[in-house]
Amino acid sequence: MSILTSEKAASSVPLPADWRDLVALTKPRVMTLVVFTGLCGLLAAPGHLSPVLAFTAILCIALGAGGAAALNQWYEADRDAKMKRTANRPLPAGRMTRQGALHFGVGISVFSVLLMGVATNWFAAAILAISILFYVFIYTIWLKPRTAQNIVIGGAAGAFPPLIGWAAVTGNVAALPIALFMLIFFWTPPHFWALALFVRMDYANAGIPMLPVVAGEAVTRRQILFYTSIMAVAALAPVLLRLTGLIYGVTALVATGIFAVMAVQVALSREVDPARMKPERRLFKYSVLYLFLLFGAVVVDHWVFAS
Amino acid sequence: MTPDEQRIIQARQRARSRVTGVILFALAVLFFAVALAKMMGG
Repeated sequence: MSILTSEKAASSVPLPADWRDLVALTKPRVMTLVVFTGLCGLLAAPGHLSPVLAFTAILCIALGAGGAAALNQWYEADRDAKMKRTANRPLPAGRMTRQGALHFGVGISVFSVLLMGVATNWFAAAILAISILFYVFIYTIWLKPRTAQNIVIGGAAGAFPPLIGWAAVTGNVAALPIALFMLIFFWTPPHFWALALFVRMDYANAGIPMLPVVAGEAVTRRQILFYTSIMAVAALAPVLLRLTGLIYGVTALVATGIFAVMAVQVALSREVDPARMKPERRLFKYSVLYLFLLFGAVVVDHWVFAS
Repeated sequence: MTPDEQRIIQARQRARSRVTGVILFALAVLFFAVALAKMMGG
């Protein structure tokens, strides 16, 4: 990346974007979680979808997420340039044009929805379209620059994949995918606020009203604990409502217990130096693993008890 | 445009052409497979 940046800096003419920058525009790391939760929704659904169509459905979820991420970076290029964490992304680093990013984002978003509709069903395609539009218009353009509650409501955008995966198989939604939607929805605030605590200055410099910037660290720590408690209810709901079995129940109980202990540690901490915020970093990292564990358990549970 | 810039642009264009070719081929195979799967009842 540094070589490409130096090439751009030394150049007097706009260079065509490198294909690796187009890949970077799709935020591949974030896409991993999106694809995994979508795949779990698909695998936990009753019914049968041929492997080819199942693969296509997951590809569409990945492309849709990638398109939304590209459009997010197209819109936020100026703000990304002010944040250390995002300054080296293709647009703020000047490795590609904004128009190129816009065309790429719209192109793969539209393609993903059309392919989903043709390969599986138009209900799944509609949810995919709603999730992309929600992420771009409701979260990125409307909420994120305006309110500290941006990721509370905007979190819904990342919660759609299990619904889409389920709908791709069944053509409808049911209680379990809705429960999984609620789980991701309430998981998002503690996940993002743990990150926001130790990159607070980045958000402040970029003028993004994240909760630690607007309301302070003490309020954020209390809110992390509050949303963790709601998330715990959402995590245990599938087993309490008998939508899943014991494997998920035990996994959810143990993993959520660990999450809660970490959230309490964050809530009790008074650390103000980002470099020394170990509990916050630990909670952020664990929250990703947590979601992988719970969604993995949903699938294993379904396979064990369905067979 | 300097010779260096020309070299970089051509290298990127070649790389993008190769990647585009691979993606188009993969999509052609995917569409064929999807069509077969749909014909066999999904």
